[in-house]
Amino acid sequence: MKLIKNAVNRLIPTIINGEKQIPFKGVDKFKSSGRIASLQIRTCADYPSDGNKEVKSLKDALKKAGLKDGMTISTHHHLRNGDQLTNILFDTIHSMGVKNIRWFPSASFPCHSYLIRYLRDGTIHHIEGSMNGPLGKFTTEGKMKGVGVLRSHGGRYQSIQDGEVHIDIAVIAAPTADPFGNANGVNGKSACGGIGFALADSEYADKVIVVTDNLVPFPCVPWQIQGNNVDYVVQVESLGDPSKIVSGTTEMTKSPDRLLIAEYIAKFMDEAGIVKNGFSYQAGAGGTNLAVILFLKEIMKAKGIKARFIRGGSTKYLVELLEEGLTDYILDGQTFDLDGVRSMRENPNHVMTTPFTSYNYHGKGNFASMVDATILGATEVDVNFNANVVSHSDGYLLHGIGGWQNCLYSKCTIIAVPSFRDRIPVILDEVTTLCGPGELIDVIVTERGIAINPKRKDLLNAVKNSSLPIRSIKEIQKEVYEICGGAPAKPKVDKKKVVAVVKWVDGTVLDSVYRVVT
Amino acid sequence: MLVVKKGSAGKRGNNIRSDCFVEIELTKGKGIRSSLQSKVNSMYGQNINDLIITMCDFFEIKHAEILVEDNGALPFTLAARFEAAYKKLRPDDSREFLPSMNKNNFYLTQKDRMRRSRLYLPGNEPKFYSNAGLHKPDGIILDLEDSVAPSEKDSARYLVRNALCSVDFYGAERMVRINQLPMGLNDLKFVVPHNVHVILIPKCESAITVKDVEEEINMIKAMNNISAAIYLMPIIESALGVVKSYEIATASDKVCALAVGLEDYTADLGVERTNEGRESFYARSTVVNSAKAAGVQAIDSVFSDVDDMEGLKASVLEAKALGFEGKGCIHPRQIKVVHDSFAPSEKEIEKARKIVLAFNEAEKNGLGVVALGSKMIDAPVVKRAQHTINLAILNGLLDKNWNK
Repeated sequence: MKLIKNAVNRLIPTIINGEKQIPFKGVDKFKSSGRIASLQIRTCADYPSDGNKEVKSLKDALKKAGLKDGMTISTHHHLRNGDQLTNILFDTIHSMGVKNIRWFPSASFPCHSYLIRYLRDGTIHHIEGSMNGPLGKFTTEGKMKGVGVLRSHGGRYQSIQDGEVHIDIAVIAAPTADPFGNANGVNGKSACGGIGFALADSEYADKVIVVTDNLVPFPCVPWQIQGNNVDYVVQVESLGDPSKIVSGTTEMTKSPDRLLIAEYIAKFMDEAGIVKNGFSYQAGAGGTNLAVILFLKEIMKAKGIKARFIRGGSTKYLVELLEEGLTDYILDGQTFDLDGVRSMRENPNHVMTTPFTSYNYHGKGNFASMVDATILGATEVDVNFNANVVSHSDGYLLHGIGGWQNCLYSKCTIIAVPSFRDRIPVILDEVTTLCGPGELIDVIVTERGIAINPKRKDLLNAVKNSSLPIRSIKEIQKEVYEICGGAPAKPKVDKKKVVAVVKWVDGTVLDSVYRVVT
Repeated sequence: MLVVKKGSAGKRGNNIRSDCFVEIELTKGKGIRSSLQSKVNSMYGQNINDLIITMCDFFEIKHAEILVEDNGALPFTLAARFEAAYKKLRPDDSREFLPSMNKNNFYLTQKDRMRRSRLYLPGNEPKFYSNAGLHKPDGIILDLEDSVAPSEKDSARYLVRNALCSVDFYGAERMVRINQLPMGLNDLKFVVPHNVHVILIPKCESAITVKDVEEEINMIKAMNNISAAIYLMPIIESALGVVKSYEIATASDKVCALAVGLEDYTADLGVERTNEGRESFYARSTVVNSAKAAGVQAIDSVFSDVDDMEGLKASVLEAKALGFEGKGCIHPRQIKVVHDSFAPSEKEIEKARKIVLAFNEAEKNGLGVVALGSKMIDAPVVKRAQHTINLAILNGLLDKNWNK
């Protein structure tokens, strides 16, 4: 495998799974000149005029869709760790004797470690999406046949739209659908809120199969997925385990250190002048993020401030802000708990968004850059404010990118991380895998202090008289290295064996993940 | 005589964090053979192996099988676990493998420093150590007593000793709660040489206990050429202790505060501890009174429901009204609530400002008598006003240059 250095000095392969790649050129430096993907023209006459596209089983639908070796099959991750459909889908593909599938999920979860058997036996050739937990371990140990490709949610939309990834068959799990193929995630026993991650799949795949465990007569409203894009509808007993699709309640962190980080972030946002009438921010559902919401809420209430919109990952904490009149809108990419699902169903100001509206880099703008502040996690950061979100310091893949890369375009991107985990320092000289270039990361908040990117002189100036612990990133790093007993050794990897690559939002290759030597 | 062949210390299992398990078996011949399983192996495996070799050299261990199961223990913890395991095999070896003293750990304390909050850390739980000071308690207590199981007392001593050397508590007063005497006397040699500021004496019931502790401290200080003062905070936790509280408070000029411990006290009375605390009103008032009579601080018990911040606040306000100046904390999130609740009100600050300004003015003019309006102000009033001002500054309610 031939490796070259890209614009940020990371070694990357020029060809991945037989396809030629463009190396990362720098943030906003690469402009694609091609045309977006085109589709075969379809004709109503080829579809039942009564709108009934129901077929009796998933296997029948796959047969009718022309499933064969080497195809690209896509799924979405809105059912999260409760998803059973994807595992059943590959059981079915396996039973049909089909091999070398490129699996193209919008994300994977621990429940998908079941699929390792199909990676081993050649049913699945490789994964383009995310490789979490056991799938990450399997990949990083060099056991996957092809090279994994990690993309952000926006990058996934971009790759489909640009024709970089052509989906042969999209299998869309739909908590509610009608026989025409209209579908949504807000109703039914497997309700998960929005199903916006499947939008591009429905628009660009050759064949689209909607699978539901709650078939209703036409029309299924709202139609988050439009039946006009759908070929077949399959009814099944169950899509998955509702208790793992959304959590009943979202638990606030009790960790004093995370709470301290959250408190610092809320105060920083306030002192930096971000928290004012009409502001916006993006909150995830991680423990620290939820706590930030509560601290921000106190500040907003005390000062009589109302946000214009908040981007979620929605949870009951965001829903409370909406219902207590502290924000006009929730613009929601995915819904994490029952309160979120209820709110999206009932409240017109709780709006579903998609990777197209929020994150797609090859669009006429997107929402991510309009957000005043975004709070993100990371596995590692480095002294140049670069960050890693996919692998750990031992070299193993552990998480997907999610919307993380796309969110870096926010006006103030804040990374919330502990300064070390057990004995693992989080601020390094150089991140193990580069996922986010430092020029887009403005603030790193740890329990040992807040480091502001030196290029953000405006932020440095805004908090120069603050009582907050504003420190240089190297100073925090030095303190943590002293605690941990020096700088950690780099992971032992085989630099000749790339097991996965990280794509940037524009489709270029940002970094490589290597086989870990055990 | 039973010959112990294997010594072990520390914690093992899937849920363990920032700790390790070390087992040492002395063997005949074959040199040092060690086996390391560590979740930070790729990052610090070499570092851990180097530490094992260094410690074997130090204790002149020539032949041994050594097993280390590490879940991300920091170096001070690894060393403490190794030493505790080794000392089980060679209890008479008096050599100590001390981590070097953190350069930030040489600060001293004062007898009358602010002690609004003191955070208890279980002595044998290293995962809480490194970040405790970030939550800015006035004091941190490394606890060798109730939070440590009897079988872990030895292990905890090495860990607490190493923590006093290595861990930065970011300016918090460095406190250790020793065991009840006589066991507690044996704890002292592990902590006195390492810049401990305050020793908490649990279940104190007589002046003699205080004197015994002071005498042992003085002996260890002399052996180690230590001159810095080490203060004592007896904890009154029994009916008898309450009766003897004045005698205890005045037993030594090193006593800086009297604390009250209500879990044991209510057990001693045979009653339930309630949130209202009517059952302990006498004890708390007596402790406050004895402390004030002796000219030392009075410190209230802990509030044990860590989720009930409103209850904590009410409890601190009541303690403050009774005359207590500090409260024990068992969770870092309690600290801010305690500080805020001990903070003076706007009215109190305004009054204190006037008194201190009048006093300064009188002093400048060489007047012996200070008057505010028609009222004469005597020294204790000025002192209390100054205390209020200090509290206000600490809580960010008053600029430290308020009178400039």
